[in-house]
Amino acid sequence: MALRERKTRIGAIPEGGMADIAFLLLVFFLVTTTIDTDKGIGIILPAEGQEIEINKKNILNLLISSSGNVLLGGEPIAINQIDDRVKEEIRKNDKLIISVKAHEKAQYDVYIEVLDQLKKAKATRISIAETG
Amino acid sequence: MKFKRKSNMESKISTSSMPDIIFMLLIFFMVTTVLREYSGLPIELPKAERIEKLESKRHTAHIWVSKDGLISIEDKLFKSDAVRHVMYEKRASNPQLTVSLKADLSARMEVISSIHNELRKADALRLNYSTKVKAPSQ
Repeated sequence: MALRERKTRIGAIPEGGMADIAFLLLVFFLVTTTIDTDKGIGIILPAEGQEIEINKKNILNLLISSSGNVLLGGEPIAINQIDDRVKEEIRKNDKLIISVKAHEKAQYDVYIEVLDQLKKAKATRISIAETG
Repeated sequence: MKFKRKSNMESKISTSSMPDIIFMLLIFFMVTTVLREYSGLPIELPKAERIEKLESKRHTAHIWVSKDGLISIEDKLFKSDAVRHVMYEKRASNPQLTVSLKADLSARMEVISSIHNELRKADALRLNYSTKVKAPSQ
């Protein structure tokens, strides 16, 4: 029996679909990549040992109690009104520093809401006092 | 005047290098994608309206604070008075460092305050309280 001679064929991989495959991979990676950028309220802490004395007139105390109540300059205030009140106070005195002081058992989200309100009031001079 | 008729040349864009271009794009996206490095602690972030974006992941260090007051940096738990050493080293190797504080909304302020103090001691002064976006109330 004679061995049949193999036909010489020209083998070629079709390249036409290559681009489609690569596109598919690209789209897959684009879709599955979640860019989770961190967002938040930015502040700059004062450096250690940079305490400066400030005239009492220019300080507005903002106290957060352990139960989540807020006192602005000694009077109780609703959190969503801080914004307007602080804006008003800053208009009166542009050197005003808002000193935020929270009770050590106060909740963090109240503090964030207060900071958010201060940011809304465009208060740039915010001081964060130690808890007490 | 007669317009000259355009020559009937067959014009085709060569598509043979298309896969190369797309593969290059693919590799670019794969390389530039930064995956999440640390899993952190299970927390629920507070919400705020006036928020800023953090500039770059390379200049950011994260501190997680759970509602029980646990402090985690790079998936290791730290006591509050040990934070300064870790942050000092990070600050020394990267002067542009911003600290992103991911604290649970029911965390206590004593923990947050002690972290403030530690960061001040470590000279890492740029702080960002990580929050979720709240729709502006009007």
